[in-house]
Amino acid sequence: MDCTVEELKKKAKAIRFNIVRMVGPGKAGHFGGSCSLAEIVAVLYFRKMRHRPENPKWEDRDRLILSKGHGALVQYAALAMCGYFPMEELWRLKKLGSMLQGHPDMMKTPGIEANTGSLGQGLSISCGIAAGAKLDGKDYKVYCIVGDGEIAEGQIWEAAMAASFYKLDNLVGILDCNKIQATGPIVERFDTNPLKEKWMAFGWHVIEIDGHDIEQVITALDQADKVTGKPTMIIAHTVKGKGIPFAENNAAFHNGIMTEEQYETALKGFMD
Amino acid sequence: MGVHNQRKVYGETLVELGRQNKNIVVLEADLGKSTMSCLFQNEFPERYFEMSIAEANMVSFAAGLSLTGKIAFVNSFAVFASGRPFDQIRQGVCIGKLNVKIIGSSAGFSDFGDGATHQSVEDIAIMRAIPNMTVIAPCDGIETRKAVKAITEYNGPVYMRLSRNDIDDIYPEDQEFVIGKPLVMRDGTDIAVFATGTMVGPALKAAAELEKEGISARVVNVSTLKPFDDNAIINLAKGMKGVVTAEEHSYIGGLASAVSYALRNTPVPLEAVAIDDRFGQSAESHQELLDYYGLNSEGIVQKARQVLGTA
Repeated sequence: MDCTVEELKKKAKAIRFNIVRMVGPGKAGHFGGSCSLAEIVAVLYFRKMRHRPENPKWEDRDRLILSKGHGALVQYAALAMCGYFPMEELWRLKKLGSMLQGHPDMMKTPGIEANTGSLGQGLSISCGIAAGAKLDGKDYKVYCIVGDGEIAEGQIWEAAMAASFYKLDNLVGILDCNKIQATGPIVERFDTNPLKEKWMAFGWHVIEIDGHDIEQVITALDQADKVTGKPTMIIAHTVKGKGIPFAENNAAFHNGIMTEEQYETALKGFMD
Repeated sequence: MGVHNQRKVYGETLVELGRQNKNIVVLEADLGKSTMSCLFQNEFPERYFEMSIAEANMVSFAAGLSLTGKIAFVNSFAVFASGRPFDQIRQGVCIGKLNVKIIGSSAGFSDFGDGATHQSVEDIAIMRAIPNMTVIAPCDGIETRKAVKAITEYNGPVYMRLSRNDIDDIYPEDQEFVIGKPLVMRDGTDIAVFATGTMVGPALKAAAELEKEGISARVVNVSTLKPFDDNAIINLAKGMKGVVTAEEHSYIGGLASAVSYALRNTPVPLEAVAIDDRFGQSAESHQELLDYYGLNSEGIVQKARQVLGTA
């Protein structure tokens, strides 16, 4: 797929629209950390990644691992829009027996590459896939989305060392910097700053962008292709809950419940 | 009768299998000279990943390698291999049924000198509790070689615990190893001794002792602790006057637990030779610790008498 910038803007909007619809009113959903990723995920699935929705296990596909597995809604919306499974599955989210679990499950959902949700593990899994690709002489890319709250997990830094030690230049991390974790601002918990200096010190090539600017996302991902001998981390500054006015920068919508009224407000916001 | 060291046999077998199967990869947390994964490193450096002192990343990294079709062998001491990356094994490996083999070396009290921090009394329990996990404790070097081959052929997560020290050969050379199948090592008619790992040898010695007292003991090697063949255990205990279990592990969640559960609807009395609910400690030899904690043939004989009411 090779969408234009304008088309990708529409895709990101449609992703958010589907996130709101799939959770619906009166039920809890991880709106915040899903909506902050809409543009990034849209660019990956509808432009950047080589993949075949009709053949999810195609061995030369680029891989996307959502290390911050609670952001699954954004990936589910994109996978359905790509055709990995019917859109109807979105409306069965988290229902008993559904293919769409609360956190990504590779055993149940076509297009999901690994089981994530326990934070801090997806980057290590991505390193392993990237190392496997090198052993096999394959040139596919491994993209891994990590949360800025998630990097308080020590394992992230174990993975950061492993990735640079093994020169995994086929690995591209994307750090979703929405500045808010489940219970409030990150800087008031563990301040994970300075981010750029930390990743550089761990041997990564670092690119810093506005994660809602489609063109910047495209440019950064293209630039990462040219980096050799080291992994790349794209630090993407984002707004938690972006696109849902009452959820923006609101920790309550990390995993929040919309009232009927909020639901209608959110849907109307996508009609412009 | 020969003597072998399980970890050396393990390392040699990995090399042998690595020559035939290019998909085998090995990960190590800076203990390669102890776990003997170093043998694989010597021959296949490109398929050997030194993951340094970072077990959590090692296990998840192995999960990633398995997602590219590799058979990933993860190595550390049993206490660290099962304990430190428990969540990584549970979430990243077992939910997805990935082809990752966790090899717990220096299991039980076999790292006698290093004390409680390095001895594993609960690794079988925590690994058995995870859905999709297979748990194996071979009784000697011969069974280790066969088990390593079997788990390589099996597609899915496995935890295997190995002892650090030399063990007399007891497993029949011509016996096929089948995951999940208990093996009668010696038949008898009065009591059944179900033993696993390093306690199978002492169980055979105990059976010889008991024979002198006119007690006929069946000794069963239960090297697969999960999946656990409840029906096989029920059949092997059928008609016996008593059952004794023996393991170098806590009585909580190991063989004693599994056998008790399997026999829950049968009237046969049961006693367990196992580690009480406590940690190990340093000693000058493995045997000194085993004797101190009652994990020897005398301990098994005593429990056998007890279960038969002849103590």
